[in-house]
Amino acid sequence: MDFTLSDEQKLLKDSVDRFVAEKYGLDVRRALVASEDGFGRENWKTFAELGWLAIPFAEASGGLGGGPIEVMVLMEAFGRGLVVEPFISTILTGASLVEALGDKEQKAAILPSVIQGKKLITFAHVEPQARFTLSDIMTTATADGGRYRISGHKAVVFGGDSANHLIVSARTSGDQRDENGISLFLVDAEAEGVTRRSYGTVDGLRAADVALKDVLVGPEALLGEEGDTFATIESVVDSATAAVCAEAVGIMDSLHEQTLEHLNTREQFGVKLGKFQALQHRSVDMFVACQEARTMTYVATLSLDKPRTERIRAVSAAKSHIGRAGRLVGQEAVQLHGGMGMTDELAVGHYFKRLTMIDTLFGNMDHHLERFAAAVYG
Amino acid sequence: MNLDYSESEQTFREEVQNFIRANIPSTIKAKIDARQKLANEDYIAWHKILYGRGWVAPNWPTEFGGIGWTPLQCHIFDEEIGLAGIPRVMPFGVNMVGPVIMEFGTDAQKEYYLPRILSCEDVWCQGYSEPSSGSDLASLKTRAVRDGDQYVVNGSKIWTTSAHWADLIFCLVRTDTEVKNQEGISFLLINMHDPGIDVRPIITMDGGHEVNQVFFTDVRVPVTNLVGEENKGWTYAKFLLKHERAGIAAIGSQKRQLNRLKEIARAEQSNGQALIEEPRFRDKISKAEIDLMALEYTELRAVSAANQGEVPGTEVNLLKIRGSEMQQKISELLIEAIGYYANPFVPDSFEAGWNEEPIGPDYAATLAPEYFNWRKSSIYAGSNEVQKNIISKMVLGL
Ligand SMILES: Cc1cc2nc3c(=O)[nH]c(=O)nc-3n(C[C@H](O)[C@H](O)[C@H](O)COP(=O)(O)OP(=O)(O)OC[C@H]3O[C@@H](n4cnc5c(N)ncnc54)[C@H](O)[C@@H]3O)c2cc1C
Repeated sequence: MDFTLSDEQKLLKDSVDRFVAEKYGLDVRRALVASEDGFGRENWKTFAELGWLAIPFAEASGGLGGGPIEVMVLMEAFGRGLVVEPFISTILTGASLVEALGDKEQKAAILPSVIQGKKLITFAHVEPQARFTLSDIMTTATADGGRYRISGHKAVVFGGDSANHLIVSARTSGDQRDENGISLFLVDAEAEGVTRRSYGTVDGLRAADVALKDVLVGPEALLGEEGDTFATIESVVDSATAAVCAEAVGIMDSLHEQTLEHLNTREQFGVKLGKFQALQHRSVDMFVACQEARTMTYVATLSLDKPRTERIRAVSAAKSHIGRAGRLVGQEAVQLHGGMGMTDELAVGHYFKRLTMIDTLFGNMDHHLERFAAAVYG
Repeated sequence: MNLDYSESEQTFREEVQNFIRANIPSTIKAKIDARQKLANEDYIAWHKILYGRGWVAPNWPTEFGGIGWTPLQCHIFDEEIGLAGIPRVMPFGVNMVGPVIMEFGTDAQKEYYLPRILSCEDVWCQGYSEPSSGSDLASLKTRAVRDGDQYVVNGSKIWTTSAHWADLIFCLVRTDTEVKNQEGISFLLINMHDPGIDVRPIITMDGGHEVNQVFFTDVRVPVTNLVGEENKGWTYAKFLLKHERAGIAAIGSQKRQLNRLKEIARAEQSNGQALIEEPRFRDKISKAEIDLMALEYTELRAVSAANQGEVPGTEVNLLKIRGSEMQQKISELLIEAIGYYANPFVPDSFEAGWNEEPIGPDYAATLAPEYFNWRKSSIYAGSNEVQKNIISKMVLGL
């Protein structure tokens, strides 16, 4: 057992921490959120130059062959800085699916340009009726003279507005919630029949609802085996889930620090707020929640390569636990700031909003509680 | 002991329901149904409709234009307004400064201000909190210095709800710096249109504008605008707080929110069934409903005691705590209910006149901003921590 980072991982941590501390103040983020793309193309280029976009990919694909720990290190820092660049959508879901399932041509067509920061890709999977059930897919892909005709609606596709490529999940067989029968297709985001309705999100990101109407793709667009992609979807999503847990840890630590700072500065009744025992205990509760969230993120991250049941047990435990812990830390941070905590001007509210929305990603605390129970108790 | 409303109270409830149905303007109703923002004009319009019926200030004594309804009738009225989704009459005039003027004001102040509060001639706001005086309100520093028959006011108030709409502000100001904090405070009425007043918006994290910071630079206020005696303002402020918190549990609007939660949980699908059928979420809704029941009847115990002539005591503090916690809990469940569609943020859709297709289900758009906004309710009107301090000291004797 060992919970320390290797020297190389420490270097990565130093470099991403430095980037966030120096380049990612709240005002910078505000400007990025308000910009046309909703994130920094320059930042994305920097990410590419520093090799961060290459981390989770095999050397054969032009990547650095990094693993979940390196991703965790990055994501925690991204959380601390409330980074808005589309790392989760492009690297952790979109390109990771290509890496897992793509053939030689598909990888060559997508991965180098993604790793170099030239192209963006996202996973258009969730549907309006699906809630958090990963296998709930109504979008259909029907054979049409050697090609596939895809129709359906994809909900809240993060990074969907700026992506060049979409990976669209569609049913080639089976019933609405069957795990078998789901196929993945590489679709050009500008293809005929693809309509993207883009919008900002409450936490400053960008997403799109994607309507697909009779989108025609050739057999070369099929990613992985027809109808047999669910296991990969599930494992890629589990990895991304562990990564957002790490992001949450970065956010929670920052919220706790901001709150401590406030308790040590703000005075009422002639003393620092931190002198009130009621608030001391609340701050300790936040601290405990942060510590346990970190623990659970390690557990999830270090279980990603384990057999399915063990992986699910760890990832769902972490996501569910962090859903609760994050709620506590976010709400308390706002509360202990008093009126200031309610403002758009202070950072606290922005961190709180992102943390709140992380619970909706890849399944909320209830979903993962259920999934944990199903995996562990059968 | 008896749990039921009397027949005459039931009849009264129906009368209120009928009145609301018949009189709510369709434009306002449409905004409420679409969960769009109401403008100041909407609040004023509805206030004037109630004024026409004589129902603006049910709790005021009849000599000042109130109706002298019983506390239970006031509760029923407020519950029905909340159930219909109609915002209450703005509290700053009717529930806050009005009762203070009635109790401590001069005849001239009563004659001038009270009718204008009832008719909504004047919109009021509350100038208590300051940047460095929130929970410790008595430490406030905004200075009023006597100069002949005027006070010269300098300083700043913060978190002032509706200051950008208001004609008048009732302020706690410091008139004596030599004495104990509480003994040097006065209660002053200030015209918001006077020179030297600057209102700057504060945007809250949900993107809304309801609070402001108000700056006073050499604002000249006639001494006739002093309420009661100089340096006795703290007494009046404490008197007012009792009124501020009456009905704070907002049972009617909370029931409406709970109904909305149930509707949404019926419409949302989870794994092929309605979300409300899913045991985990179903339990959460039930718990919220049970907690709301506990809150409702705890409030009704207090209201019913008041009906029998008892003077309200510290139960308002308890109702403030639990009322705000419930508001927050239900809004938390509302965003849980809608899954991914909590994320899209299209603020234009909150404005009247927006008629594009919603993103996701039509009930989803406002829920996350509402949740963020409701975090305020455990902070304002005396934070929940301060309420607990009061209960532990005043009720429990700790
Ligand atoms: C949306 C909104 C609307 C408002 N509208 C108005 C208005 O119209 N007019 C007006 O005058 N004011 C208004 N307020 C201000 C409100 O009354 C104050 O925010 C509140 O009194 C808390 O003060 P503060 O913000 O300075 O926080 P602080 O007093 O600095 O408190 C910060 C934190 O410390 C806690 N704390 C403070 N003292 C203690 C203690 N002794 N023991 C334990 N915990 C403690 C608080 O509970 C809080 O969690 C509004 C506030 C909000 C958010």
